[in-house]
Amino acid sequence: MIEFADVHVRLGSRDVLRGITACLPERRVGVVGANGSGKSTLARLINGLALPTSGSVTVLGLDTRRHAAKIRRGVGFLFTDPDAQIVMPTVAEDVAFSLRRKRLPREEVERRVAEVLARYGLAGHADHPAHHLSGGQKQLLALCSVMVLEPDVLVMDEPTTLLDLRHSRQVADLLREMPQQVVVVSHDLPLLAGFDRVLVLDEGRVVADGTPDEAIAHYRKIMS
Amino acid sequence: MTGLTGAYVPGTSPLHRLPAGAKLGGLAAACTVLVLLGSPAALAGAAAAVAGLYALARVGVAAAWAQVRPVRWFAVALFALQWFTVGVEGAAVTTLRVVLAVALAGLVTITTRTSDMLATLERCLAPARFVGLDPFRVSLLLSLTIRSVPVLTGLAARVREAQRARGVERSLRAFAVPLVVGALRHADALGEALSARGLDD
Repeated sequence: MIEFADVHVRLGSRDVLRGITACLPERRVGVVGANGSGKSTLARLINGLALPTSGSVTVLGLDTRRHAAKIRRGVGFLFTDPDAQIVMPTVAEDVAFSLRRKRLPREEVERRVAEVLARYGLAGHADHPAHHLSGGQKQLLALCSVMVLEPDVLVMDEPTTLLDLRHSRQVADLLREMPQQVVVVSHDLPLLAGFDRVLVLDEGRVVADGTPDEAIAHYRKIMS
Repeated sequence: MTGLTGAYVPGTSPLHRLPAGAKLGGLAAACTVLVLLGSPAALAGAAAAVAGLYALARVGVAAAWAQVRPVRWFAVALFALQWFTVGVEGAAVTTLRVVLAVALAGLVTITTRTSDMLATLERCLAPARFVGLDPFRVSLLLSLTIRSVPVLTGLAARVREAQRARGVERSLRAFAVPLVVGALRHADALGEALSARGLDD
């Protein structure tokens, strides 16, 4: 469960978010909006990467202002650019790196890494240099590095922007199968089809909130 | 650059299975022995031993050559300079020492995962906790340094392409400014990604 209570975010002299109030218990939530509408800031609020200037954000029953580190352990975050998320030289090492702080036995780490790589189609790339992967494979690797921690909530900030059609479809298929609550910020409207709820942001405010069909129709209208 | 960015060659040889700490200790001992060997014949024997270790590692000739290739011109220049100053025997001894030390270091690199190397480093640095040094942060710093090499190389290539497209190939400023801005932006994004992975607590 994610709850925004009258959230304002001000960066410098600019109001990025203006009074967002929403309760998000749904399994699949999409967020759309024009560039600069505050979508990415909204996503960052969910795991405490950004903090509200006023108001509060509650995730998994915890206030992000007071429990950011604890929340991050339960909320995975996938960024647009996978290059910024890959830390280790090879694929398996990067996924294992996520588990470092858990201090699990080596066999357990290897088992979990192999399992997540197999699930996301990277089993044959375990020992490959991460920077040799294609853009789509890098995004899948970034996803593996998040999912190996088995988060309760997954936030994705424009996960398909740098991907070709095949990898975009693969991400969409994977999204459908994930048991977690997933919040996706995206310009990729077909990705949001079948979601439980879609929010439309415009100039820092929620201007539409409903089913994908209703919300996307409203988004198309304000964009025309 | 490949030595830094993923030269590990997967395998199951005895050298692959050897713990990273043992390999690093062995490397230090072998380099000391190389310094103590004073004749070309003894160093030829050492070269045969290094070749034998590569064969034992079963990494292939291409991977073996990739370890010493970056120093080939340096070795030629060193040999020429030494020949001029200490004679042909001294030149052969010095050059062989350097090339064999590089080859041995390369052998450790291609048979050891970076994560194993960093875990060993973390263990070695554990006593430094008492003076306030966090071994995890040191190994994270090294990981990020290694990882940044291909990222910055790719960024530099993209900036050069953009320069060519705009016809300003010779401008240092047109190269440096976007490279520095891109590097800072990458550092910012990486910091945020590390926080998102829970590595800032």
